[in-house]
Amino acid sequence: MKPQLPDGLVAIVKRECATCVMVDPLFANIAASGTPLTVYTQDDPTFPASVSAIHDKDLSVSWHYDIETVPTLLRIENGEEVERTFGWSKDAWQKFTGITDLGADLPVMRPGCGSLSVDPNLEDELRVRFTSSTLHSRHVELASAEDEFESMFTRGWTDGLPVIPPTPERVLRMLTGTTRSPQDVVAIAPPNLVELTVEKIAINAVMAGALPEYLPWIITALEAVCNDEFNMHGVLATTMPVGPVIICNGPGTKAIGMNSGVNVFGQGNRANLTIGRAVQLTIRNVGGGKPGEVDRATHGNPGKLSFCFAEDEAGSPFGTLAQERGIAPLQNAVTVFAGEGPRCVVDQAARTPEQLTNSFAACLRATHHPKSVLSFDAILVVSPDHSRVYAEAGWDREKILSELYARLNIPGTELVKGALDMAEGLPAKFADRIVPKFKPGGILLAHAGGGAGLFSSIIGGWANGAMGSTPVTRPVLS
Amino acid sequence: MSVPILLDPTNESRPAQREQLTRPASVKGLTVGLLDIVKARGDVYLNRLEELFIAEGAKVLRFRKPTFTKPAPPDLRHEISIQCNVVIEALAD
Repeated sequence: MKPQLPDGLVAIVKRECATCVMVDPLFANIAASGTPLTVYTQDDPTFPASVSAIHDKDLSVSWHYDIETVPTLLRIENGEEVERTFGWSKDAWQKFTGITDLGADLPVMRPGCGSLSVDPNLEDELRVRFTSSTLHSRHVELASAEDEFESMFTRGWTDGLPVIPPTPERVLRMLTGTTRSPQDVVAIAPPNLVELTVEKIAINAVMAGALPEYLPWIITALEAVCNDEFNMHGVLATTMPVGPVIICNGPGTKAIGMNSGVNVFGQGNRANLTIGRAVQLTIRNVGGGKPGEVDRATHGNPGKLSFCFAEDEAGSPFGTLAQERGIAPLQNAVTVFAGEGPRCVVDQAARTPEQLTNSFAACLRATHHPKSVLSFDAILVVSPDHSRVYAEAGWDREKILSELYARLNIPGTELVKGALDMAEGLPAKFADRIVPKFKPGGILLAHAGGGAGLFSSIIGGWANGAMGSTPVTRPVLS
Repeated sequence: MSVPILLDPTNESRPAQREQLTRPASVKGLTVGLLDIVKARGDVYLNRLEELFIAEGAKVLRFRKPTFTKPAPPDLRHEISIQCNVVIEALAD
């Protein structure tokens, strides 16, 4: 609980701070002026020498009044803080106290020192001391001989890789990444239709190895998958090898150090990997979605551990996926797509946009099955080397997509059952029709990858539309 | 080294325990619900079951989920529960 401070002036100091030592004699002047003065000392109870002080031993006053610098002077009226100044500024202290010659012989200003309540070595401990009551999750106390990492495997909390132990210290630190209350319900998590709180997400984000600044992205991605449109229940339960593919846009991707370049789908980047992993761990642990239980995938794919990347916006000649999907420029956003693992498109010879588009269309045609039409969407992730071909020819997103769709209108004779000596296919009545491979909007275009390599990537989707999953884009809010 | 306290990452709920109904000795006179989840050829299986149940003297009601990828809507589940004595769900092709 926040301690009540007495009306008048309140000073917070510590002996370890040279500025506090310098202003020590002034507290006697202030007290003598008749203004009620209360001094809290963070370290040495005998400091300051000029007046007696209250020892803020547990740093409760310093923590609850957000003291970042000592000395800090507060003015309290009717129990409420109405004004503060910190460090030493002759002008500010004279105005604050009404003593016009206060510290006349001191320098004009001198910065203060860091408050003990924001000491990085103490901050976690203090956060637990003063805010752990905001957490509602059950405490799991391990036996003294228990290995915490093995214990988390045994309890079924992991995705097959080790996880970081979610101690109250770590979870509270994670929660500093969002302004949302720990008990806010973000979504209803499938398959068990459980209320998903910010606290439970933070616990799983810690386990995934995420940093607090990733938390808003993780929360947004979970909001984006846990709804009827994306249909996380079906994506989880299906025998097909899909999981949520998370594409991040906006300046925040750079701020949190996401990778949009070399090895963009691969290992090595903490933000990419732990954001995707936190989403999957949350569905597993809170939603109850586990492989072999509700998750019935025949093969699955390695991306079901984590498949998350940032788009290379600066290098894109055709804008960004998020803006295409209605997000304002410079707004951070997450797009989720029910997708399988990426499949490489190799074309090292195309020098015209037509040649390159022919290659992309031929490879897109094979998504899931060359005779499957209209049932699945796909993301085409164009690399910088390939996108240069489009940039030089002046092709924008609209032009690229219209040329792709035009090449993916397939004669029914190639699609009907039995054609190409394959049983799979459409009923015979489609033989005299032209059928598009993708429904309108079924190809999503993104730009990412390293600067060298005439390769692009296709991420095949899952059953699309109302009967399956529709991609969802959401702005990321703090 | 002190042993850490971990915060439970799960939903901390336990599944409700429900008693299984006793298997009926005969389906004669009972209403049997057949729920088609609309996967390919599930109807072939259910059509045959319908024939067999009718031959055994049961009344058969047919139901369909809107899509096999999502749980049956609550209204559909409720309708089945009030109209049928037993229900069979055809899973997949």
